[in-house]
Amino acid sequence: MQASARQEVSVNITPPVAPSASRETGAPAEMRMTVSKVNFWYGSKHTLFDINLGIATNKVTALIGPSGCGKSTLLRTLDRMHETVRHARLEGEILLDGKNILAQDVTLLRRRVGMVFQRPNPFPKSIFENVAYGLRINGSKVPIAEAVEKSLRHGALWDEVKDHLHKSAYELSGGQQQRLCIARALAVEPEVLLLDEPCSALDPISTAKIEELLVQLKDLCTIVTVTHNMQQAARISDFTAFLLNGQLIEFSPTPHLFTTPSDPRTEAYITGRFG
Amino acid sequence: MNARLRLRKFLSNFMLTLTGCCALIAVSVLFLILGYLVYHGGTSVNWNFFTKLPTPVGETGGGMANAIVGSAKLLFLATLFGVPVGFLGAIYLAEFSGHKIAFVVRYAADLLNGAPSIVIGIFAYSLVVKPLGHFSTFAGGVALGIMMIPITLRSTEEFLLGVPRNLREGAMALGASKWKTIVTVIVPAAYRGILTAILLAFARVAGETAPLLFTSLGNEFWSSGFNHPTASLPVMIYRYALAPYEDWHRQAWAAGLVLLALILVINIVARGILSRGTSVPRS
Repeated sequence: MQASARQEVSVNITPPVAPSASRETGAPAEMRMTVSKVNFWYGSKHTLFDINLGIATNKVTALIGPSGCGKSTLLRTLDRMHETVRHARLEGEILLDGKNILAQDVTLLRRRVGMVFQRPNPFPKSIFENVAYGLRINGSKVPIAEAVEKSLRHGALWDEVKDHLHKSAYELSGGQQQRLCIARALAVEPEVLLLDEPCSALDPISTAKIEELLVQLKDLCTIVTVTHNMQQAARISDFTAFLLNGQLIEFSPTPHLFTTPSDPRTEAYITGRFG
Repeated sequence: MNARLRLRKFLSNFMLTLTGCCALIAVSVLFLILGYLVYHGGTSVNWNFFTKLPTPVGETGGGMANAIVGSAKLLFLATLFGVPVGFLGAIYLAEFSGHKIAFVVRYAADLLNGAPSIVIGIFAYSLVVKPLGHFSTFAGGVALGIMMIPITLRSTEEFLLGVPRNLREGAMALGASKWKTIVTVIVPAAYRGILTAILLAFARVAGETAPLLFTSLGNEFWSSGFNHPTASLPVMIYRYALAPYEDWHRQAWAAGLVLLALILVINIVARGILSRGTSVPRS
């Protein structure tokens, strides 16, 4: 079943490069990042096949698909976190504002493209120092205390923590820790924020808070989120990409993908027939 | 059938008793030693012991002030030599090296850890004492420092590897270079474990005698600086216990008591640091 699905694609269509138009405005979306012809290997295992994808500026783009489809791998190529894994190899081109990220200094790139992980991973430091971390290591000249407050407000956490900024970050709940990680990522004012299943370790209430937050953050930066939760993608994203077995099957504006999918496999997945 | 059952019950009880006794022996050895030291040396541990120099044969009283200071100087040097090498080596092993190099270094460290301490003494003798032409505190510090390297290295590496991967990724995703990640996140996350490792290495070499016999030798008087032979507690115990004088024996017991107490305290402190929880929850 899976093997046949893969074969179909390899002889099939060229995948959509970008969602053609934003539904609401009808105007073509401006692209913050462009992924073209990306192939990826872990050792000898080929995990991404000729991915072409555009990430629209100040929109939420969701990557969905069953486990092991390559959605997290694709996300991690966008800030080159894949390079922290031994024997990982990437071919193709990924542009950020028209410049190839693979040819840039990786630490500078990661300041512009932030990342939030599946499990909250605050540092063993105070709440304040967690948010200040990115500013400190980058030798930022901005007044730190103000920047920390601003980021915590953006992360919708300020009101809950303003009276104990110097407590350990581990005293926060899981959902608060994840919002702290988002605030920490926002502190360096990234242009793009990548989120790798940011709610999968959280309860429904914390999840709802983070979803609401992501929608608000659109104005601040471009958001790419991986999720295995289709309802979540439908709720928060403007564009959705569906991946299967390392291939990009369909990429369209979210309402379009969930109501009138053009590929039978997308339909099978979103109606819950597999995955 | 009945006889068989009784045999089984007997065997079961017998083995239970046997294992219990062995466990009891294992713990009681420490308390026997401690009790013995307190009994024999307790009366000689007095103010003079910590403040006075050893007296000539036949004269009672005196203390081991020079040996206490000598041991402190030796351990200071050993820490100065051994800890940086072990610590930085562990960072290389845990963060940078490939599997093959790491395997070789780990294996070598384990062998060095198992090397008889007298062999390390001979090595320090030929490395430092021979070329300089005389025994010295410095040579003793080198010998003990060499012994601290593998202990510090192996345990520091373990604690560094125990830092969850998602913390490294968190730092790198914010644009931290590998070195910045290590200095600002990984080492701080592991510092309790690392500190414990260093303390245990310190406690381990504090009681070493063999490497000091032909490096720092011994001294009846104060030793100034690091370039002269110096007295040290373990070597004093060795010499005083072998001497045929009752008074010296008591002093040796006292020195043993002081040394063991020091090591116990270090161990308890180390345990205390660790049990306050590693600073990072394991995920």
